[in-house]
Amino acid sequence: MSDQATLTDTRKGIEYVRKDMLEAAPPPANLVGPWAWARDNLFSSVGNVILTLIGVGLILLLIPPLIKFMFIDAVWVGKDRDACLEEKVGRTVGACWPFIQAKFGQFLYGFYPIDERWRVNIVYALGVLLLVPLMVPKVPYKRLNAILFFIVFPVVAFYLLVGGRFGLTHVETRAWGGLLVTLVVAVTGIVASLPLGILLALGRRSKMPIAKTLSVIFIEFIRGVPLITVLFFATYMLPILMPRGWEVDNLLRALIGVALFSAAYMAEVIRGGLQAIPKGQYEGAMALGLGYWKMTGLIIMPQALKLVIPGIVNSFIGLFKDTTLVMIVAIFDLLGQLRAAFSDPNWATPVTLYTGFAFAGVIYFVFCYAMSRYSLFLERRLNTGHRR
Amino acid sequence: MSTATSAPAAMKVKLPTTNNPTAIELIGMNKWYGEFHVLKDINLNVQRGERIVVCGPSGSGKSTMIRCINRLEEHQKGRIIVDGIELTNDLKKIDEIRRDVGMVFQHFNLFPHRTVLDNCTLAPIWVKKMPKAEANDIAMHYLRKVKIPEQAMKYPGQLSGGQQQRVAIARALCMSPKIMLFDEPTSALDPEMVKEVLDTMVSLAQDGMTMICVTHEMGFARQVANRVIFMDGGQIIESNAPDRFFSNPQHERTKLFLSQILH
Repeated sequence: MSDQATLTDTRKGIEYVRKDMLEAAPPPANLVGPWAWARDNLFSSVGNVILTLIGVGLILLLIPPLIKFMFIDAVWVGKDRDACLEEKVGRTVGACWPFIQAKFGQFLYGFYPIDERWRVNIVYALGVLLLVPLMVPKVPYKRLNAILFFIVFPVVAFYLLVGGRFGLTHVETRAWGGLLVTLVVAVTGIVASLPLGILLALGRRSKMPIAKTLSVIFIEFIRGVPLITVLFFATYMLPILMPRGWEVDNLLRALIGVALFSAAYMAEVIRGGLQAIPKGQYEGAMALGLGYWKMTGLIIMPQALKLVIPGIVNSFIGLFKDTTLVMIVAIFDLLGQLRAAFSDPNWATPVTLYTGFAFAGVIYFVFCYAMSRYSLFLERRLNTGHRR
Repeated sequence: MSTATSAPAAMKVKLPTTNNPTAIELIGMNKWYGEFHVLKDINLNVQRGERIVVCGPSGSGKSTMIRCINRLEEHQKGRIIVDGIELTNDLKKIDEIRRDVGMVFQHFNLFPHRTVLDNCTLAPIWVKKMPKAEANDIAMHYLRKVKIPEQAMKYPGQLSGGQQQRVAIARALCMSPKIMLFDEPTSALDPEMVKEVLDTMVSLAQDGMTMICVTHEMGFARQVANRVIFMDGGQIIESNAPDRFFSNPQHERTKLFLSQILH
């Protein structure tokens, strides 16, 4: 039909004119469905087939023994090491969960006095209660929530945990430990490193020579030494350098060390983001009359931070796991308490070590994986579609 | 939200308020990039309400010249006086001038992380300390003027190039500028979108806005310009009323340029 029309038109001196616009048609059947997906994604080429087989092989190699150890062969109840000894039980023994149960309080609170542990629980509960609504975009009152979490909560947590006021007995930080210390160090490090890192990154890109030089020296010096050195310095050297009579708490010194250390890394991550912002954004903001701080705070930094969310969260996750190095300055975080628990003769069995590390692995994984997923969620949410 | 007819006084384009009829004065202005002499002894006097089109080959310094006017570039010699204020290193004066001089860029430079409405209200709220509701009213007024009020809640990345450039014009107008600078506003647009942006600029010119446009749209120059300035090698080569500029160019370089672009 349409060929006919075209031919007629050709005789009139028009080469081709479309008569009917084409509607979009559904794709052929073999392009959709699970088989098509598997063919496209798993078996599309020889290399892909090999990778698929290796992947399946690895899963089969790793997952079944893990499940066997953690669940099938695991011992779930018991009072002491006898429950987890193969010669006493008469079967293969996997994870010895009663060991974790017995030491659970120690893992969570360290040597925090048992009668005072309700204070730690309140801090945990408050933290969760304030953090969750802050992270869910739909919940209103974000500004109030942020003030509560970043300003009020640390003060309340400080007085609750340390005590010595408002009728609470004083608990020395020496007695803190376990997950409590891990979280205190990690959260302080995370919350402090971001603003410090922002300032350092801005300093390093500043046109003012003094701000720039100081930032560069700080960043390069801190990045050039291992965290252990920073912690050693903060713990053992700082008191010598301080004026007589000044005494800074051991945990606080470690906290400062961790915060400064992560700030240096954070600064470089953020600087990467700043470098990716086109010059036009600065010019657009300046031409509207925005000064340096308003331009930075309203236009440049929000975009730069959004670009480097993966890098920022990467640093957070690294920091969360690095907190365990405070062990080196005699502060016992989760892993420190774990190691202490290993030496308990009541629970000395061949599987104690594996059980403990499996438990710690699960805890660390839960926290780090949660951070990772949340960062992906944020990235998707903040994507305003300007990169098409 | 108020309608266009009952717009508050602040929304109307500012008419000359002082007796000084001169909007911009460049006196013996020179600029160097390192060793390279980009702008050579530029003298230009722009009256209030005057519309000037600047053209010339690429690298002739035309963009650099208008970017000096709101101090996106620094000049090294000579004087720049904008609305009676001389540009010096005084940050306060620079801010004052930028508040009164709107600029539209080749690549729009909209803020991609903010909605169209936020793009327009940001400077009035943060620079002029205007209440949010009032800033919103003004922004909607100018978005209607550039004919895209329905896009207010979208992000710049969701708009076409022509729409983005019109948002950029509305964003600049929201500061009620006395002078508007256009730096090749249609050069980055698809051919189909050039007209909608030019129409917006023509209507702005009809409202009496003082404008300096760097552009190669000669139709636009004929239609709205009081004066066309031709630049080459960092100097002003020729300056004339558009009809005489196009029909009877004087300098050899101008003739060559016009013969290249008007086929």
